[in-house]
Amino acid sequence: MVEKTVLSAAEAAAKIKEGMTLQVGGFLGCGSPDGIIAALAAAGTRGLTLVANDTSILDSKSGKGNGVVPLIVNKQFSRVIVSHIGTNAETQRQMNAGELVVDLVPQGTLAERIRAAGNGLGGFLTPTGVGTEVEQGKQVLTIGDHVFLLELPLPGDVAIVKAKTADKAGNLRYSKTARNFNPLMASACSIVIAEVEEIVEIGEIDPDDVHTPSIFVHFLVQSAK
Amino acid sequence: MIEYVENKEIIARRIARIFKTGDVVNLGIGLPTLVANFVPPEVTVVLQSENGMLGLGPAPAPGREDRNLTNAGGQSVTVLPGGCFFDSATSFGIIRGGHVDYTVLGVLEVDQHGNLANYKIPGKMVPGMGGAMDLVAGSRVVIAATTHFEKSGASKLKRHCSLPLTAAGEVNLVVTDLGYFEVMGDKFYLLEWFKPYSPQWIQEHTDAEVVVMSTCQCSDIE
Repeated sequence: MVEKTVLSAAEAAAKIKEGMTLQVGGFLGCGSPDGIIAALAAAGTRGLTLVANDTSILDSKSGKGNGVVPLIVNKQFSRVIVSHIGTNAETQRQMNAGELVVDLVPQGTLAERIRAAGNGLGGFLTPTGVGTEVEQGKQVLTIGDHVFLLELPLPGDVAIVKAKTADKAGNLRYSKTARNFNPLMASACSIVIAEVEEIVEIGEIDPDDVHTPSIFVHFLVQSAK
Repeated sequence: MIEYVENKEIIARRIARIFKTGDVVNLGIGLPTLVANFVPPEVTVVLQSENGMLGLGPAPAPGREDRNLTNAGGQSVTVLPGGCFFDSATSFGIIRGGHVDYTVLGVLEVDQHGNLANYKIPGKMVPGMGGAMDLVAGSRVVIAATTHFEKSGASKLKRHCSLPLTAAGEVNLVVTDLGYFEVMGDKFYLLEWFKPYSPQWIQEHTDAEVVVMSTCQCSDIE
């Protein structure tokens, strides 16, 4: 198997250019690629669109937080496509001030739109959101006795994901609930960078235990210990 | 003269009695989470957490937290023997696919048509729906868990929701600190009431059509 290039966090952040759509794994900071996020905050790249489950947890007293909080505080996003912003008051402030466009997407629809983008699907039909504001501007289809919304794929330019273990070929294994959106995003973006806690030799991850196949992963970053 | 006293625990206690062994249950953040504390010891339910696990366990002992193991509110939790982890697409496949028997959610408003509003107050509070819309659309039985009144004293059970809906016509059961209701045919049906209230008092203090079932009885939960 071909070995993947191991980048520093700063080299990884440099792959993310102004105006790109960036998918970031994690769920309220659990399973978040914190090293690449810190490097991207230091690089200061702006005008990005974020695709993520949420905008993480901001402690309003300290002004610090986990996950994508440093990028939100830095105003590096012009738009976020997420299911939840309730634990980051700064996201809400920027939205109310007209500085940030926030598209709220039901969590299951968001996950499936990302999966669809990586899986060659033109969209899917879901009952979620029928009869709510989520229905606005979408095709509504009745199949038999059931009403569905047509939801479209959501691809990205770059995905930054977090895994527990990678082998040098780029096969990934996640830990517990830190898996969440990471494997979906790894299938849906043109460039996929995986930040991992440990990099092992090819063959050291049992093929039965691989969560994300190596072909989805382009670069590896070793997490700070 | 009956005086209302808010009682979240009685809501959690009553909901916990609804489940049977083997039921798959998703508990929302806040009041619904309390339900786990009151499931009878002889009943074993499987708790689903939408961030990607079955077999959700209690909070770990201090110092035993694992940063890779949290619930859908981002808090440290444990996993029970037999539990498992999966990605978010599988998690919502479980939810939309009808494999969750009960979902218990908090409420801003719930109306007699089974409509639920719990994710947005335009201009004031816009946290986002998270997984709530999928949970309400996909679960077999939707239980709305709520104190009966807002802080202002207004009934949270309505004739028509005025806030943006989380889902239309999906709520099956409503448990408040006054009683236990089922939503059927565009009305609330009172199945049980809690002391010291009475069916008549509940009807008079609810801003919706409440029918008292012929089998309605006083709950033995105090």
